[in-house]
Amino acid sequence: MEKGINCCFSAMMTNSYTFVITSIAAFIVMRVLYVIYWSGKPLCTKPAKPFSTLIVLGSGGHTAEMLNLLSVLNTDRFAPRFYIAAATDNMSLQKARLFENSLIDKTGVVENAQFMQIYRSREVGQSYLTSVGTTLIAITHALWLMIKIRPQVIICNGPGTCVPLCVIAFLFKVVGIRWSSTFYVESIARVKRLSLSGLLLYQLRMADQFFVQWPQLQKKYPRAHHVGCLM
Amino acid sequence: MGDTSNDSIKPERIIFVTVGTTCFDALVRVVDTLEVRQELFNEGYTHLLIQMGRGSYIPTKSSGEGGCLAVDYFTFSSSIADNLRSASLVISHAGSGSIFETLKLGKPLIVVVNEDLMDNHQSELAEELAERKHLFYARPQTLLDTIKGMTLETLIPYHPGDAKPVAKLINGFLGFPDD
Repeated sequence: MEKGINCCFSAMMTNSYTFVITSIAAFIVMRVLYVIYWSGKPLCTKPAKPFSTLIVLGSGGHTAEMLNLLSVLNTDRFAPRFYIAAATDNMSLQKARLFENSLIDKTGVVENAQFMQIYRSREVGQSYLTSVGTTLIAITHALWLMIKIRPQVIICNGPGTCVPLCVIAFLFKVVGIRWSSTFYVESIARVKRLSLSGLLLYQLRMADQFFVQWPQLQKKYPRAHHVGCLM
Repeated sequence: MGDTSNDSIKPERIIFVTVGTTCFDALVRVVDTLEVRQELFNEGYTHLLIQMGRGSYIPTKSSGEGGCLAVDYFTFSSSIADNLRSASLVISHAGSGSIFETLKLGKPLIVVVNEDLMDNHQSELAEELAERKHLFYARPQTLLDTIKGMTLETLIPYHPGDAKPVAKLINGFLGFPDD
């Protein structure tokens, strides 16, 4: 008799566990869909203050293209600016510093920028086995930086380091830590196929606006905006 | 400086070869071959300057006396802008930085694609710009034929792009008025 009650009780417990877990899962899925739905939509409120902005730089042309874009943006609207480049890339932050100095010369406004380095999950030529460990370190580091910055705007154009940062920004939206808008500009070097970073962010719908520089790419990826060459 | 009289007869025409921060021995090796050097000299060029990056192949220097091309090289420099400006022809790796820096200066350009690279997405850009006749496109094996067959006059000048459309979309998305 007692055994039967126990049995019944445990069955109920399992049932309620399943119920709780399903509800949580359903809630998370709803929240993710809600965030995806609103992510592609322009902001409704007129901005009262400048947006804190994260700018991801990268060697191999990425930084040059990014600075070209920043030079036509009204930088007063995007402040403070946080520049991030891979720890192994010492040229990009130097170029960003030069750009910021030229802004000070032009406007006389005090510098409103910070420069940071981030660990890369995998260096060119690194073995896949050791890259499991380095990827974990890189993700932790990215999370730490993002908690410190909590940017409202993210602008990136394709170096591999931008993917974890954009994913974390998306998670911040889901959890409710910070709402942000991510702008992704595919590099001019990509004419026929997206880069791996671009493809991931496009398919996961993690970029609020996705720009490509060649018409061939826009035909393949209809949610992207074709903006012509930046260089 | 001793041969200023020579210079006045034959103006300097420099070919500048650049591999950026990469290692591209296949390109350095091919521009260093006798055939390519002789062909460039026949086309009226006087100096060949090679920025060889991280490569290990060292080209043969030459002072350019006795009817041949003067050859010099260096590994890196903080800015190649001056080298590009003084060049009459640029032969470059397929990096987008070097390509656009050269095109913006309006210099004739041959882009040589490094086929040893694993992820060779860079050839896409060079191919597209070659189709639009902004530059010539070659592989190390075909560089000599490209030099022999090219007519620089057929190149169409590249008009620099513009980031303003992107800026406009970003501003619009965030609710900022247009400037």
